[in-house]
Amino acid sequence: MLTDGMKMAQLTLKNIKKSFGDTPVLHDISLDVHDGEFVSLVGQSGCGKSTLLRIIAGLEHPDSGDVLIDGQSMLEAAPKDRNIAMVFQDYALYPHMSVGENMAMPLVMARLPLYARLPMMRSITPAGRGAQPEIRADVEKVAKQLRIEHLLDRKPAQLSGDQRQRVALGRALVRDPQVFLMDEPLSNLDAKLRVQVRAEITELHASSGLTFVYVTHDQVEAMTMSSRVALLQTGHLLQVGTPNDLFADPANLDVAQFIGSPEINITPGESCDGKVTIGATTLPIALPTSGPVQVGIRPETISVSDAPGLGALNSAAPTQRLAFNKRLIEDLGPEVLIHGTFAHAPDSIIRIRAQKSDAYSSNGVLAKSNSLEVTVNPNQLLFFGADGQRMRPTTVAQKRVETA
Amino acid sequence: MADISPSPTATWFDWVKPKSTGRLITTVLLFIGAWVMVFPFIWMISSSMKPTDEVYDADFSIIPKTFKGFENYYGVIFEQPYMVFLMNSMIVCVGILVIQLLTAIPASYALAKLKFRGSSILFGTVIAAITIPINVTSIPLYIGLVKVGLLDTYFAMMFPFIVSVFAIFLFRQFFRGFPDSIIQAARVDGFSEIEIILRLILPSAVPAIAAFSVFSFVAHWNDLYWPLIVVQSQDKMTATLSMMQYHPLSTRTTGAPMPPPPSSPRRWSLHSFSPAGCSSGASL
Repeated sequence: MLTDGMKMAQLTLKNIKKSFGDTPVLHDISLDVHDGEFVSLVGQSGCGKSTLLRIIAGLEHPDSGDVLIDGQSMLEAAPKDRNIAMVFQDYALYPHMSVGENMAMPLVMARLPLYARLPMMRSITPAGRGAQPEIRADVEKVAKQLRIEHLLDRKPAQLSGDQRQRVALGRALVRDPQVFLMDEPLSNLDAKLRVQVRAEITELHASSGLTFVYVTHDQVEAMTMSSRVALLQTGHLLQVGTPNDLFADPANLDVAQFIGSPEINITPGESCDGKVTIGATTLPIALPTSGPVQVGIRPETISVSDAPGLGALNSAAPTQRLAFNKRLIEDLGPEVLIHGTFAHAPDSIIRIRAQKSDAYSSNGVLAKSNSLEVTVNPNQLLFFGADGQRMRPTTVAQKRVETA
Repeated sequence: MADISPSPTATWFDWVKPKSTGRLITTVLLFIGAWVMVFPFIWMISSSMKPTDEVYDADFSIIPKTFKGFENYYGVIFEQPYMVFLMNSMIVCVGILVIQLLTAIPASYALAKLKFRGSSILFGTVIAAITIPINVTSIPLYIGLVKVGLLDTYFAMMFPFIVSVFAIFLFRQFFRGFPDSIIQAARVDGFSEIEIILRLILPSAVPAIAAFSVFSFVAHWNDLYWPLIVVQSQDKMTATLSMMQYHPLSTRTTGAPMPPPPSSPRRWSLHSFSPAGCSSGASL
């Protein structure tokens, strides 16, 4: 991004398998990352996302499968020959080198022959002295871009968390990589800085046009930054898609539960004869198979019937009522989080996220009674079979004509 | 306001005067302990400045009655090859230390950070080797050196010590604490493994290397046992070994530090050992 123009970088993972000893870590992972794309590998800790990233980097070797960059197999290539750069969770800055030296290191390694890199030889040998001004210029250019040019003489220990983060980004950027790998780069920052650096990384991706692969356990990071998200669980790739695909159209229950905050509500239901019943309520929705189903309801899509102005339903949508027992209300400032249970399934906690309104005042509906009626839009419900796989309705619910 | 400045009549005794009986007892005990530690050195320095007959005199005094310091030290430094002995000690100790570092640092890096088959067995072997004292291996080593005709050389003096399992163990433990992510970042940046050691691990391991260097240097400087076995000629003697040949006692103390008396019978029987006299040597 700094020197020459556009570089193509199509990253392809083909049937990657990996186990540590007898423990399988990755089961047959295939993934295409297109040129200039920002792909997040997201999943809980231990799901194999970092291992996958390290396989792309060449720090781990897969048991089988292939890693291709622009169609070329990289399996036999050393990390340095893959034209990738990596930012580590703890930044991995070289502790006794100054910021400038840290950032210059990849260039020194790439541009100088071995004899000129030996201690002291860089300033004596002609090759070393020749490359020196160019390296310095490149480092300063990147430092300026990341606004760390005043830190070049400091040691990593003298920097704050976000400054270290920028130095690590800078060290990765100077070498002008094809693919940029990041392993949870924000997890060591406090919440405020995380939001700020998150935006900076997104901007960096937009301005550099590089291919980014970003590992995180935080679905918010994955959703906000990525062009596409790849969700991993216990070594399996569950779903790959745009953030909205994963949120609105999850392939299975695990994806639905991982994406979204607070977590999606799950309640039992029954599918038979082209209808789905949840407790006493019958939904005009036909599922391909009959039998017990799990119904997923996003906390944002439930509204409290007697409290106008709550919830995300618009009045034109078809609605269904469900009996709800309120337990407590959390005030989040602009919104409230209502915890409770559905009358038909008193064991599973249901959360409702709603806009704040008068209903929460001391004489509002919610304060008066614990037994409420809530409404849901049947078309916004997600249905999952007993195996956790998504079941798509074969019909769409129509708006019920209600007379006032 | 309390007057905190010392009164004009204060003497030096007011400054050292114990503040309580408990402190007085503590001070006396500490003083006795310190004296026990320091006295041998005072004795050594005092004796090095006395004429021979006064050293053996039953009437001991710390301050020499006849001061012979200049003559004694002149004798050791200029009339005897003591500088050669010091130089030999230096060559042997520095040589051993350098080769120990050259072998131990890559070995411990491999044991600490590289994954390879059998690394734990190899490390177990290293640990086991710590338990073997030099005395066990000295006879086979001696026989070997005799056979290749390298007795009485610097090589023979350094050879048993060039690989220090203690150093491998110490550095391995130290290197294990080095963050893996920095090593991986270096690999992505294009460092070779040797450069990772030279540029990243070594600068961080300076405290461990310094500590080991002190141990190694002191141990081999003070070593009497091995030079005694393999050195015969005077021009290869180390300073510690040379102590043995100083007579009378006054000159010996001038050569400081005073080593314990060597076990001469053992020395002679080992020296008499030769390929032709295997049976007599084996009876040791």
